[in-house]
Amino acid sequence: METTDRNLSRRNFIKISGLTGTALTLGIGFSASGKDMAIVRASSAETTSIEVNAWISIDTQGKVTIVNHRSEMGQGSFQSVPQMIAEELEVSLDQVNIVFAPGNGRKYGSQVTGGSSTIRGSYQKLLRLGASARHMLVETAAKRWGVAAGDCYAENGEVIHKASGKKLNYGDLVAEAAKLEPPKEVTLKNPKDYKIIRKPLPRKDTPIKVNGKAIFGLDFKLPGMLFAVVERSPRFQGKVVKFDDSETRKVPGVKFVLKVNRDEFDNMREGVAVVATNTWAAIQGRKVLKVDWDDSAFLHHNSEELYAKMRELVKGDPISFRTMGNTAKTFAKAEKKVEATYETPYESHSCMEPLNCVANVTDDKCEIWGPIQGPDWIQQNICGHLKLPPEKVIVNMTFLGGGFGRKAFTDYPYEAVMISKEIKAPVQVVWTREDDMTIGPFRPGMVYQCKGVVTEGGRIGSFETKISGQNMDLQNPGADKSAYNSSDTEGFLEGYFNSIPHYSFGDSPLDSPVPVMWWRSVYASTNAFAFESFLDELAVKAEKDPLDFRRQHLGERYQLLIDKLETVSNWKARKRNEGLPAEASAKVGYGVAITECFSSIVGEVVKVSKDSEGKIKIEKVWAVMDCGWYVNPDIIKAQIEGSIIMALGAATKHETTFNDGKAVERNFDSYKMPRIQDTPEIEVHIMDNEEKAGGVGEPALPPFTPALTNAIFDLTGKRIRKLPFSLDAIE
Amino acid sequence: MATITLKLNNKSHTIDADPKMPLLWAIRDLVGLTGTKYGCGIAQCGACTVHLEGKPVRSCSIPVLVAANKNVTTIEGLSSENSDVVQRAWILEQVPQCGYCQSGQIMAASALLKSKPNPSDKDIDMAMQGHICRCGTYPRIRKAIKKAAQLMAQK
Ligand code: FES
Ligand code: FES
Repeated sequence: METTDRNLSRRNFIKISGLTGTALTLGIGFSASGKDMAIVRASSAETTSIEVNAWISIDTQGKVTIVNHRSEMGQGSFQSVPQMIAEELEVSLDQVNIVFAPGNGRKYGSQVTGGSSTIRGSYQKLLRLGASARHMLVETAAKRWGVAAGDCYAENGEVIHKASGKKLNYGDLVAEAAKLEPPKEVTLKNPKDYKIIRKPLPRKDTPIKVNGKAIFGLDFKLPGMLFAVVERSPRFQGKVVKFDDSETRKVPGVKFVLKVNRDEFDNMREGVAVVATNTWAAIQGRKVLKVDWDDSAFLHHNSEELYAKMRELVKGDPISFRTMGNTAKTFAKAEKKVEATYETPYESHSCMEPLNCVANVTDDKCEIWGPIQGPDWIQQNICGHLKLPPEKVIVNMTFLGGGFGRKAFTDYPYEAVMISKEIKAPVQVVWTREDDMTIGPFRPGMVYQCKGVVTEGGRIGSFETKISGQNMDLQNPGADKSAYNSSDTEGFLEGYFNSIPHYSFGDSPLDSPVPVMWWRSVYASTNAFAFESFLDELAVKAEKDPLDFRRQHLGERYQLLIDKLETVSNWKARKRNEGLPAEASAKVGYGVAITECFSSIVGEVVKVSKDSEGKIKIEKVWAVMDCGWYVNPDIIKAQIEGSIIMALGAATKHETTFNDGKAVERNFDSYKMPRIQDTPEIEVHIMDNEEKAGGVGEPALPPFTPALTNAIFDLTGKRIRKLPFSLDAIE
Repeated sequence: MATITLKLNNKSHTIDADPKMPLLWAIRDLVGLTGTKYGCGIAQCGACTVHLEGKPVRSCSIPVLVAANKNVTTIEGLSSENSDVVQRAWILEQVPQCGYCQSGQIMAASALLKSKPNPSDKDIDMAMQGHICRCGTYPRIRKAIKKAAQLMAQK
């Protein structure tokens, strides 16, 4: 079976890339242990026992094709993956074509686009892949000219002989180069010599995103495709007792009404699907559908009850994750100490493109198209349920209209597959905005109880956090509920663990039927508010400047970032009333927060002012990101801007609440989003160093909210400990 | 059901539709032009914005019958090869991230610039506040509108 699968993959690959003539096709091979890596030719990949990761190909026209095995949901992998390879391959980006890979975990390794991992997880492999191909092409040209390879170099898709200036195009060399063994060792370029990497090159997907041509999941159509909407249990775990579709079937265009399951963390959730010839007819049919739900097996919470429970839980003994020394004893006998409780809300992902998925199940195979963050997970899940081998389950990625964690989940493709299987036709399942916002999973809300001690010298003597909230890992049946949550410290700077003598992080998980899932920057999106607000409270207690207070605990890499943040925000010279009209009674406040998430460190300073009516205005945000080795500064800048604005929404605009076991906020009229007029000026800086690549798409989100609330404290003396809050209503 | 003639991007389409079907779904599912997006269905997000007789409207909240025989322009009708000044500005400023909201944003910006070729920040706020971008491209949208105004002035 192994060989069959590889042959099929190879065929697929050639089909999708449309290569002309003989091609040099390179992939990354892994040994079974996953420890060694080698660059391999496609032909050898088929015959030896290695798995093949992302591919590049060059055809006889000199055209380069790169398979992007990750999804493009706005974060820019569509641009940054080819940008890396083109650099080492010495081609310009105009010579590169990029195609999405179908889900195939055996071939590409993990394809789940999460944890800001596309670059940090594979950049060294991708660079070596480009460099290997370049070496083989240079060697081929040198042989043809009868000169030493060292006397030749590659540039712009050509190999050039230094002395004579002779040139050969990659297209002319590729057939011969493809016969060479890939080199065992390659020399990667010195970052100083980069021509493409580190440049703010325009994204290749921009042109099709401004004229309506980019195909998102909702835009994908198959001939004869029907459209479905699903009435899912409004309380999270309800079961269908019976349904009455007599009125539904009278709606013109409605073709089928059927019960359908959805696989939510290996739990089957129920719904009734209305399938019609267009989306609107399906929506109309659903409006007159009557479903009786059995909601007796689980609790019907409201938000107050959930939070009351969490507030109780943080008082108990947590499941400890990471501790040092003795925080309880230190706190008990300390002179200078602070205690505070912070609360964060549940949130909806609310990608602009609501969930949707196209499935076509035929007698012998299943094909899926959709906005998908985890194609290999979905393939695995469907193979298991339909008892089909991987080559019979093809999961194709379209562009994603946002993902933020929600589209890594397998429930919505599963549901589409089950409907298509039942009605024996291709179907597109469309989630209305209300479905998307109320069914979940949600970012869990949390309660944090923090206790800290400040030493005589003004340092942190002890730092203790007890967390309560839903642990995302405990939702599958049979999950070990006594296991600690290794995400308890997400967002906290690693550097602090070397300098704080007593610390303790643990959690008391909340049991609730609300489904929960990753939301941009995952636990750091909520943890950071507690950690960085509390650090600010400790700095106040220590009577120290908040930046200096942090700086004294941290090593060099952090200090460089702090220095930069201090300079660009003119922190030291920050003065009340600076830059504001003298007659205004308004003042300004500054706040800072620094967090670590997916191997990147981000510091943000927020400047706020208050108008005569007492409304807070965000004057400016400065962000400094240290993501180590990086590819495209303009994409990073865009990701930081977007992360800050998304955080602004969660801090000051929206939350999901529950009443009687149902989500209350159903659409953007009640789940309010930040708008253009709410957007502050944002100034972005990126640290230049040669540290390992860190994530880019998420790490700038966590520090914004605590930097904002710390700034509001600086201005007003009011400490905000519960999110969301209104900028209009600070006394 | 009714037979309705839609004039989309200067081309006539005869469709058989429930007259109450929102223009959005008629454009997407019946005519098959998918550049116009569904985001909320209740006139809150702007993703579905098209021009009806030159004015920006929320196609999710207009029955298709209302648009019958009138001139409707969608993102595809702005220009398919990105020659329109707003599209050019959007590319120059690298506005889109996921891109899903951008058809609506561009249609709104294009209508704004027609009525106000040199919009102030306030004008931009007013014209664009009905448009949600979950990716947070607002700073670049503002820059791109100003860039488009510049490009228009240079012509
Ligand atoms: S879909 Fe029409 S305004 Fe949101
Ligand atoms: S670009 Fe993604 S919603 Fe606007």
